[in-house]
Amino acid sequence: MIKQKQAAPPSDDVRWRFVMATMRRNGFRRSALIETLHTVQETFGFLDEESLRYVASSLNTPLSQVYGVSTFYHLFKLKPAGKHTCVVCTGTACYIKGSSNLLKQVEKDYDIKPGETTPDNQISLLTARCVGACGVAPVAIYDGTIQGELTADKAVALLERYQDD
Amino acid sequence: MIDRFEKIKRKEREAAAGVDYTIGVCVAASCLSLQGDKVLDAFQEGIEGPKEEGSPPSRCRAKGVGCLGLCSRGPLVSVTKQQDQPADDQSRVLYQDVTVDDAPRILEAHEADKTVPDILCPTDTPFFERQIKIVLENSGKIDPTRIEEYIAADGYHALLEAVTEMTPNQVIDEIVRSGLRGRGGGGYPTGLKWTTVAKAQEEKVKYVICNADEGDPGAFMDRSVLESDPHRIIEGMTIAGYAVGASRGYIYVRGEYPLAIGRLKKAINQARRQNVLGNGICGTTFNFQIEIRLGAGAFVCGEETALIASIEGKRGQPRPRPPYPAELGLWHEPTLINNVETFANIAPIIRNGGDWFASYGTATSNGTKVFALAGSVAKNGLIEVPMGITLHEIVEELGGGTANGHQIKAVQTGGPSGGCIPASYFETPVDYESLKKLGSIMGSGGLITMDETSNMVDVARYFMEFCMAESCGKCVPCRVGTVHLHNLLDKIYNGKATHKDLALLERLCSFVSETSLCGLGQAAPNPIRSTLRFFREEYLDLLVDEPVHAISEEVAA
Amino acid sequence: MKRARVITFKIDGQDIGAHEDETILELARQNGIYIPTLCFLEGLSQYGGCRLCVVEVKGTDRLFPACTTYPIEGMEVFTDSDRLHGYRQDILQFLFSERNHVCSVCVSNGNCELQGLAFSTGMDHVEVPYLNPQLDVDASHPLFGLDHNRCVMCTRCVRVCDEIEGAHTWDVVGRGADARIVADLNQPWGEAASCTSCGKCVQVCPTGALFRKGASVAEMRKQATFLPYLSQMRAGWQNEEK
Ligand SMILES: Cc1cc2nc3c(=O)[nH]c(=O)nc-3n(C[C@H](O)[C@H](O)[C@H](O)COP(=O)(O)O)c2cc1C
Ligand code: SF4
Ligand code: FES
Ligand code: FES
Repeated sequence: MIKQKQAAPPSDDVRWRFVMATMRRNGFRRSALIETLHTVQETFGFLDEESLRYVASSLNTPLSQVYGVSTFYHLFKLKPAGKHTCVVCTGTACYIKGSSNLLKQVEKDYDIKPGETTPDNQISLLTARCVGACGVAPVAIYDGTIQGELTADKAVALLERYQDD
Repeated sequence: MIDRFEKIKRKEREAAAGVDYTIGVCVAASCLSLQGDKVLDAFQEGIEGPKEEGSPPSRCRAKGVGCLGLCSRGPLVSVTKQQDQPADDQSRVLYQDVTVDDAPRILEAHEADKTVPDILCPTDTPFFERQIKIVLENSGKIDPTRIEEYIAADGYHALLEAVTEMTPNQVIDEIVRSGLRGRGGGGYPTGLKWTTVAKAQEEKVKYVICNADEGDPGAFMDRSVLESDPHRIIEGMTIAGYAVGASRGYIYVRGEYPLAIGRLKKAINQARRQNVLGNGICGTTFNFQIEIRLGAGAFVCGEETALIASIEGKRGQPRPRPPYPAELGLWHEPTLINNVETFANIAPIIRNGGDWFASYGTATSNGTKVFALAGSVAKNGLIEVPMGITLHEIVEELGGGTANGHQIKAVQTGGPSGGCIPASYFETPVDYESLKKLGSIMGSGGLITMDETSNMVDVARYFMEFCMAESCGKCVPCRVGTVHLHNLLDKIYNGKATHKDLALLERLCSFVSETSLCGLGQAAPNPIRSTLRFFREEYLDLLVDEPVHAISEEVAA
Repeated sequence: MKRARVITFKIDGQDIGAHEDETILELARQNGIYIPTLCFLEGLSQYGGCRLCVVEVKGTDRLFPACTTYPIEGMEVFTDSDRLHGYRQDILQFLFSERNHVCSVCVSNGNCELQGLAFSTGMDHVEVPYLNPQLDVDASHPLFGLDHNRCVMCTRCVRVCDEIEGAHTWDVVGRGADARIVADLNQPWGEAASCTSCGKCVQVCPTGALFRKGASVAEMRKQATFLPYLSQMRAGWQNEEK
């Protein structure tokens, strides 16, 4: 087989080194695709077109396959997240205790759906299935901090501090 | 090798003997989310921080430990009095809802051999006393980030015994004798699976995979085991590798579990350094490597063929079985896939013998099962109980009954693939067959209790919404069926449906479950079927027309 | 190559001798027994997604897709029961309800496999509500078009493009009911650099989802018979290379 020339990173951002390292560790095999996408997302926050193209050519994987994989897994984000995130748990225990009401209230007050970001880029609304804190359900995670025993009003109130900073 | 283990043990004992009290602060996810790490810092600060002139050195030491079980009252802190013998539960006191400010109070009290009564968590309740710990034997006792403590608790001794004193067949025999069945949901006999993989052609490369993709949206047992006692999984997998003739293993962990991933990574490095993983394990010629692969948010990747596709870097879509992974798995090689909890049982079985394990549980379901108990009961958290215990005992005794005065009306097991069991059946023993007879499944261990305030149509709709969102889209019955089923349930719940819709719903249930490709679609109608079976009137109450005679007869039959 | 063992089993009571490496579907066809299929196409890899070909096996309640299942000695397979007929109709109902299959305005009217299957299985009405999604038509390619409204997600195009043409222009994005066929990085087909415009995907598409431009209603006829020949040739090359 002809040895392929390694594709150059899309920019001279040093952080591409991390992505390179993941691919190298896996011998630039196609099977490293998901691992590599994880590294890209960890490093840059989301997967943009440029990085998808770079990963595709480095791992010698068809573009459509890379796109197919990145859209199959819901953890991969193709758009940047807002400044703050609010993850509402929609696991069974939280649902039983009314997490759908929280979610509806937030959706209504901020006019966004799960997976979306407010137009001012302040808040991204996400959902997760059980974050392992069922004992204090219903819960939501605000910028990484779990808040338990929420009500719809409390959930919105906690978001208000993100409004204008 | 055994000398090395003894040396580590001795050192650990000496370290513990230097103080009178060992304070364990839970640093598993749930308590961590309630600031368990800060509490630990506060203890450390209190012990090592600046003190008044002339005061004696502290009689306590503090460390992080894994899950202590009663997650709803976290952060939990245990204080163990140092004794010559390894501590049993009696010499331990437990504190609940501990805050950073409580740390100095607890320290001060124990320095004077007293306790702090107002935050004491009673441990003489059924929640603690009815549990039998095999999988969780180390959880809450050892520091999950230190291999030395695992070894001091007899860890890796089973592996050493297996690779130096037993043949692979003897190891498999022991697993067969134990009667262990897969804890990932299906309950397939583990010994039989190992035998199949071991018998696959010898010259072939084989793989061992640990399924840690815990997808049931109300379950966190696997995660807790990984966070509290990661070495147990590594030991179990390595023994499996030895038994079936594999030299490479993968742990497929949910990407949503960063803490578990971090601890596993650390544990793997430590295990390599101690020569219980890697090349020439324990001085033998046996080699075994373990790599971690991350899931990325897809429930269906818990299905074994989808999981394999995902490790291969592809979309996680299942493929028809047979051929089963034991024959044709990862990269078309024979592959052993077991659940986290299954692997967690391996070391104790090798250490104590298969017959010992088989002495727990019922005739067909041996051993114990870990459940994540949540919902309307007073005590939420992680429990390990012997198979055959009744639901009544779990709900009323361990769980402490209802939390809010509302009657508990059902428990849900098996998540989106399981069903709801009504209170009138709570005398049912918890084993694979009994739960199946009631139209539910053991599942991976989510156990959600519901009270009168929950509407069962809504519950069914919730699970169908989950299946619809998680369907991979490969096969028609599941891709389209979950949408139709969800829409029908929505229509019923919103009071817009007729008896004809209900009849259609029932018919589609059997169609979808019989023709779908993988377990997700095949089991997706289970929540509907079981709620229809036990809570039919809740459906009927929501219908808007009078029953057509012909239909109701058909239904009755 | 490993020589497959010869076994005997039964389909619908008829004794059948087979090599172990032949699927139930292949053997049924060789013996003149009709099993409907949609995602299966001779010459492409197995998929097992449409579930139309499921058959019953004596001794178990489970159904097995004939296109991916290999018989074992003594197996008794049934392809012709009321249950199976009902389920085949259900699958087709699901497909018709999922997107917008309006035959009267379709280029493939009269030559469509989906339509043909509905006819041959006797599916004459759709009991479940239509989902009516509003989907795009991609007309950016100079020669061909893609109408998502008519796609049944059989992935024959994805497989032919990858396995025969070697371009892998197509793949599936999203999952569940949101899954779609997509070219390269979710681009208009006409801008997909990897596409060689060979037209194989259009030929293997069972419906009017992929079509040649300029064809008007009921004009599009497809030719998927080139495949076995091509894939045999390809296998021949590979054997020589080894
Ligand atoms: C849709 C679906 C999801 C599953 N999710 C999990 C899971 O999260 N964890 C798990 O261990 N097994 C899961 N399983 C079961 C696995 O396919 C497999 O049977 C199991 O990992 C085998 O291990 P065991 O024999 O130790 O139970 C799932 C199965 C299906 C069909
Ligand atoms: S049953 Fe559902 S999840 Fe499983 S293969 Fe079919 S579409 Fe995918
Ligand atoms: S269901 Fe929300 S934390 Fe478990
Ligand atoms: S032809 Fe067999 S599943 Fe589609």
